[in-house]
Amino acid sequence: MEKKRFTISVFTEDVVGILNRVTIIFTRRKINIESIAASESEVQGIHRYTIVIREDETKIIKVVKQLEKQVAVVKAVYHGENDIVFQEIALYKISTEALVSGGQAEKIVRAHHARVLTVEKEFTVLEKTGQKEETQQLFEELEPYGILEFVRSGRVAITKPMRTLASIVEELEAINKSH
Amino acid sequence: MTSKKETTGANAVIQSLLAEGTDLVFGYPGGAIMPIYDALYDVEDRLTHILARHEQGAIHAAQGYARATGNVGVCFATSGPGATNLITGIADAQIDSTPLVCITGQVGSKLLGTDAFQETDVIGISMPVTKWNFQVTKASEIPSAIAKAFYLARSGKPGPVLIDITKDAQFEKFEFHYKPFEGMRSYIPTPTCEANYLNEAASLINKAKKPFILFGQGVLLSGAQMAFKTFIEKTGIPSAWTIMGLSSLDSDHYLNVGMLGMHGNYAPNKLTNECDLLIAIGMRFDDRVTGNLDSYAKQAKVIHIEIDPAEIDKNVKADVPLLGDAREILEALIPIVDKRSHDNWLSEFRKLEQEEIAQVIQGELHPTGDILTMGEVIHQINELSDQKNIFVTDVGQHQMITCRYAKFKATNSSITSGGLGTMGFCLPAAIGAKMGREDAQVIAVIGDGGFQMTIQELGTIFQYKTAVKIVVLNNDFLGMVRQWQELFFDKRYASTTMVNPDFQTIVRGYGIKAKMVDQRCDLKLAVQEMLEYKSSYFLEVKVGKENNVFPMVATGASVAEIRLS
Repeated sequence: MEKKRFTISVFTEDVVGILNRVTIIFTRRKINIESIAASESEVQGIHRYTIVIREDETKIIKVVKQLEKQVAVVKAVYHGENDIVFQEIALYKISTEALVSGGQAEKIVRAHHARVLTVEKEFTVLEKTGQKEETQQLFEELEPYGILEFVRSGRVAITKPMRTLASIVEELEAINKSH
Repeated sequence: MTSKKETTGANAVIQSLLAEGTDLVFGYPGGAIMPIYDALYDVEDRLTHILARHEQGAIHAAQGYARATGNVGVCFATSGPGATNLITGIADAQIDSTPLVCITGQVGSKLLGTDAFQETDVIGISMPVTKWNFQVTKASEIPSAIAKAFYLARSGKPGPVLIDITKDAQFEKFEFHYKPFEGMRSYIPTPTCEANYLNEAASLINKAKKPFILFGQGVLLSGAQMAFKTFIEKTGIPSAWTIMGLSSLDSDHYLNVGMLGMHGNYAPNKLTNECDLLIAIGMRFDDRVTGNLDSYAKQAKVIHIEIDPAEIDKNVKADVPLLGDAREILEALIPIVDKRSHDNWLSEFRKLEQEEIAQVIQGELHPTGDILTMGEVIHQINELSDQKNIFVTDVGQHQMITCRYAKFKATNSSITSGGLGTMGFCLPAAIGAKMGREDAQVIAVIGDGGFQMTIQELGTIFQYKTAVKIVVLNNDFLGMVRQWQELFFDKRYASTTMVNPDFQTIVRGYGIKAKMVDQRCDLKLAVQEMLEYKSSYFLEVKVGKENNVFPMVATGASVAEIRLS
């Protein structure tokens, strides 16, 4: 089966070690994680991981069930590229002198809708949010000026279906009470 | 039930175990768990501790106890090597869904992460093989951690959990207050089955011409034995078992058509690819059961009764998934399925069974040559006992032979390492089983290889006078590997020959009555003596060195390609 890019959203209780339990499931099947982003979700006490991988869908379905089997995982879902709206953020540190002397800097920053976060005597930090191709494009255009440091976040994604996390949590709490 | 008093973390561990109804713990002390052992000293009348001879022995004993009784098995070990020695048993319990609570001592919390003496990251190491694990660094966390541990170990699909307790938390004093765990939103132990699926399943069952049931340990774990029997008797469906499902149904039941899988019976393997409806109950289509999945029951509709959603469609696609507790689902199905019989279909199984009897079983159970077979030993036990024994087996040829030929009239009576295939499992597991079920005749059947993997547990038998019966089927080979070398590696017997010591002398050193049989004429009397003996008994039988277990589904072959020789 053909490998495609999928985004998996994993919602977990806020407990030590759960990130490890989540990644072990990928390691076991030798699936490489392209990117991972983790932080607290809109529901207090529940963390959200956004994990991007390339795999065939039948394998992803099994992985998602095994993720959900973890005791501290509240919910796990996977999405194809068309089911989500996603972004990444990239930061670029470049020499202020190189940027100014080249003459093209303003043009590049404007064309990419990049933000200037700080200008110091020695360096300037630019920020660009977008999809990987967009942050990569800016990277390539800035490269001639010498990139001193670069970092790109993992993908964060919002899903298109209208089910809210709060309603899922509410349902699970109700099931739990009835047991 | 609640109680309040100022106590140490170590004592809180003991009080929490008592509150959960634990009266037996298997373990091995060491530096980092000494406060807990000290607290244990005060309650020895209520909480018996069994000192194994190795932590692996302790955990396999806890597994045997859990499997024989249905209770949660509990074991203790110290930090570092004590904890790592538990790992094989934890992995075994995870894959065979055995409820265990493992408590390990850990270095003081200030030393965590510093490579302190006997420090191991046991949380990290045990993570992939536990249902849940947790490190306690404060005494106040102990009651809730243990309550949660028991809840998770025994609920839903059971499994092993581990609590790692730092030494300072064991010494720390706090106000003890125990209350049972009440569940958590991120964990639904038993999923709900959709009603329309139940109806769909019933309609498939009512229409099927050649329905076939595969049952596994789910029947035992959910206590579905009665419901299962009622269900198959009403629907008249031939039923075959996985080795984990063995003893769910009487061996001689007219609808019991035998064992599935690699060394299972001929008919159930062969006819898997001829049925029109496959009903899997509490089993997970392990590769040892299915053989090549690309040619497995492709012609059949599949109903899968299973408590773990991750098992649905994992190996075999289910047309109708029935998620939930096997007993509840069977009880819901019984009133909506028709009373039927499938005599012609059942007779197809019996016809193939005759072929297997003629070509394999007769020679195994009633051999005519001089060489003793493993099968005739098991057959003698069947003949001379009430068939209500608990058989505990290790891994290899003797395991397959015992599972194939031992007769079961009592349920929860077969204990074996199914999923992990852990050699060395049997002897300690049998000790645990006997301690949990003192009323039962517990017979440990082991090969000469596996016996020596945990042979030190003879010391435990000696110390506690555990009346377990040990049958070593000795072929001076690692028999199953040798069989594969014979069949698939041109008889190149690389490192499978065993030069064995005199087991009789060793066993007698532990004060165990021992007998060796190498001639058929002595077998019956020896088995008789063993069964009647009140204390532990060791029977070694010298069996054919190069006997093979058949039938066999070779790796990568289809179940329909099962060979009789």
